[in-house]
Amino acid sequence: MNIRDSLIAIIVLAICLIWALADGPAAQQGIGSALRLMTPLLLACLAGLYSERAGIFDIGLEGKMLMAAFTSASVAFLTGSAWLGLVAGIGGALALSLIHGLASITFKGNQLISGVAINFLASGLTVLIGQNAFGLGGRTPALSGAGRFNPITLPGADAVRDVPVLGPIYSGLISGQTILVYVAFALVPITWWVLYRTRFGLRLRAVGENPASVDTAGISVTRLRYAAVAICGVLTGIAGAYLATGLSAGFVKEMTAGRGFIALAALIFAKWRPWQALFATFLFGLLEAIANLYPNLDLGIVTVPSMFMNALPYILTVVILAGFVGRAVPPRAGGEPYVKER
Amino acid sequence: MAAADDMKGGRSGTAAPPAIELRGISKAFGPVQANWDINLSVPKGTIHGIIGENGAGKSTLMSILYGFYKPDAGEILVNGRPITIADSQTAIRAGIGMVFQHFKLVQNFTVLENVILGVEEGALLRPSLSKARGVLKQLAAEYQLNVDPNATVEDLSVGHQQRVEILKALYRQADILILDEPTGVLTPAEADHLFRILQGLRDEGKTIILITHKLREIMEITDNVSVMRRGEMVASVKTAQTSPEELAELMVGRKVLLNVEKTPARPAALVLEVRDLRLVDDGGVERLRGVSLDIRAGEILGIAGVSGNGQTQLLEILGGYPPKGSRVTGQVRMNGADLPLSGRGCDAGQRRRDGIGHIPEDRQVEGLIMDFAAWENIAFGWQDAPEFNKGWLMDNQAIRRDAEAKMERFDVRPRDAGLAARNFSGGNQQKIVVAREIERNPDLLLIGQPTRGVDIGAIEFIHKQIVALRDAGKAILLVSVELDEILALADRVAVMFDGRIMGERLPGDTTTGELGLLMAGVTDTRDSSANAGGSAHVDELPEGRA
Repeated sequence: MNIRDSLIAIIVLAICLIWALADGPAAQQGIGSALRLMTPLLLACLAGLYSERAGIFDIGLEGKMLMAAFTSASVAFLTGSAWLGLVAGIGGALALSLIHGLASITFKGNQLISGVAINFLASGLTVLIGQNAFGLGGRTPALSGAGRFNPITLPGADAVRDVPVLGPIYSGLISGQTILVYVAFALVPITWWVLYRTRFGLRLRAVGENPASVDTAGISVTRLRYAAVAICGVLTGIAGAYLATGLSAGFVKEMTAGRGFIALAALIFAKWRPWQALFATFLFGLLEAIANLYPNLDLGIVTVPSMFMNALPYILTVVILAGFVGRAVPPRAGGEPYVKER
Repeated sequence: MAAADDMKGGRSGTAAPPAIELRGISKAFGPVQANWDINLSVPKGTIHGIIGENGAGKSTLMSILYGFYKPDAGEILVNGRPITIADSQTAIRAGIGMVFQHFKLVQNFTVLENVILGVEEGALLRPSLSKARGVLKQLAAEYQLNVDPNATVEDLSVGHQQRVEILKALYRQADILILDEPTGVLTPAEADHLFRILQGLRDEGKTIILITHKLREIMEITDNVSVMRRGEMVASVKTAQTSPEELAELMVGRKVLLNVEKTPARPAALVLEVRDLRLVDDGGVERLRGVSLDIRAGEILGIAGVSGNGQTQLLEILGGYPPKGSRVTGQVRMNGADLPLSGRGCDAGQRRRDGIGHIPEDRQVEGLIMDFAAWENIAFGWQDAPEFNKGWLMDNQAIRRDAEAKMERFDVRPRDAGLAARNFSGGNQQKIVVAREIERNPDLLLIGQPTRGVDIGAIEFIHKQIVALRDAGKAILLVSVELDEILALADRVAVMFDGRIMGERLPGDTTTGELGLLMAGVTDTRDSSANAGGSAHVDELPEGRA
């Protein structure tokens, strides 16, 4: 990894360090919040990574997360179990993934159109079914107790609480998150390992770059791409479940609020690589946390209005998507259905 | 079958069953009969050439052998055993390896990763990679197939990428290697090296099938040759018992002039003057390093060179569309007037109005809009011409009539002006472009790769049109990577290497060997050409070259 590749990591860590030096307790609170806010982004970003590395562009991340948030909140409410909610969330997102796979792999359709359709479908279906089932204007009833994923205290967290530096970092930031946060972070090295150290990863990357090379090697392009799309479904499922049963306590209409698109921007920012995805989503998480913590940021001369602060992650998304952050070369076969050539 | 039986023992002379035997293979795509009742027998341990025009069905036949298509009828025998090749995996298991014309490599993978793709030893990569590293070293020593296993494919030259494809096949323990147009992208030296590799493989007992449309290659390294024409196998002969003229005749079904008949040029007034033309591209790389040349009316200046040495940029500047983000300096004068090289007035439309026609290098990207009809394509560039317009509306009927007349004169087949460009064969697509440019009677015609991927019949036709335009007193700049084409057409030959003109020669006063050295960047060819062993083979050209 050269300096340019580590640029996002350096920026993000520098922000954290400056913040911690300027105002320790606030930084602890803010960075902790950033970790929670980035979790759905990171999961969705990794989901997109698997799909797009296999050559299937997926702008339906948003819709899948939304669907997963709704199915997980509903099932968690009905069963009282966050875990069953998680399974339902994965199921909901997988179902939409399958539609995307069918449209873009089997029927060789346009991947962008299929993605847009999935976003509309999820946006409409969740509210329709939600209103029909619960009559709360598209919301699900609030979850409590075992219906949500609750924070976990890691072993030794209390013991080191008062140690300087280590205490705030381990007890205050690393400990006390929900299980899904840890899952999301663990998925970063796992994804890296799968991608670069396993046969499946090699083939996955190959099918996104040049499916003909995979086909002539006697491997099924279709099966590989379906596998990638399914993994994408599972990860967006976890992301959606976390939104509804970890970060909040229930489903609210349009609760993904563009996170699927932000995840896509982060994916481009990270140039489709897992470690960079971690830091790119961290940057978005930080921006959101800062906006929450300082609604009216006072810079001495001017006071930055809260609207601007809240818009920051979206502004950054536009900046990234407009290509201001260097050339990001997507997987070469991305967006193209594979058709055998004569 | 009689023809096939005659060929037994091209080299081996034993009673061993042929490595590949095809019996009555037929394949149709819709109404198009790509292969019809093909019989072929390839003896073990030989190099077998398959030659035919574009669209003769060579590639389809090989795709059937590699499991890409299922034949409608017929039987395939590998080493005497009948098998059904349902997919590439079956073909690989039967010992068949294929090197496609367009490589099937993952550009950002290393050589090793490309080699193991699909034949990994287990779920983890590390053991496969280290095994492949050892095997590759062994193959490199055995067959002169040296490639850095850790290099990224996109950093390799085309010749090396091709070696990776061959290594892939050998790593899969292929005994039968099929190469589809392998030299189309190689320099003469690279092609030479490839032939030595293939001969080495044959001497080790491997069977090689070489698909090509280049007669010289067939004569040079094959033991037997089969000729295809319009989906049928029309002849199978021993190479030693045939001649290029006979093969060419079999390919097209009639006598073809391998040489263009033309009278000596009568150069007149200076039309194009290029002085110290330089181009720095958006990446800061100097692509043209001071190119100067003159072209007079009534002569063809041929620019030879391996592709990627600045010819494309030269054509684009003269054509009025220098590459985006590049910086161009120097001087270009047309009929005595300066042509702007950037900014206002430097556009393809203005160049056309200045009397420059352009047959671009890549007809499918620059020359045609593939989904548009032939008549629309023939009007492009001249859509504003008064005869094509009625007031501010286009006169589609006039455009169509004009297109139909041009298609008639240039023998574009099928003669259907409403058909999308995509649906014409390569040769006929090129005829559409050539018709559009030549019929406008330009003072200067820029031509890039006029016959790339074009069948022999169309090549002959296009060459004649170019010579006719010259005889009509027009200046022509011809860029081609086909040395034969340059030598046959050009009145003067300039060789480009690394953005410079390495030297100029008269076609009658040079050899392909000497030009080959210039193309490789050697300047003092007059001294070194005599002992240039590496390129010696290219000197053996068919006789009667101008």
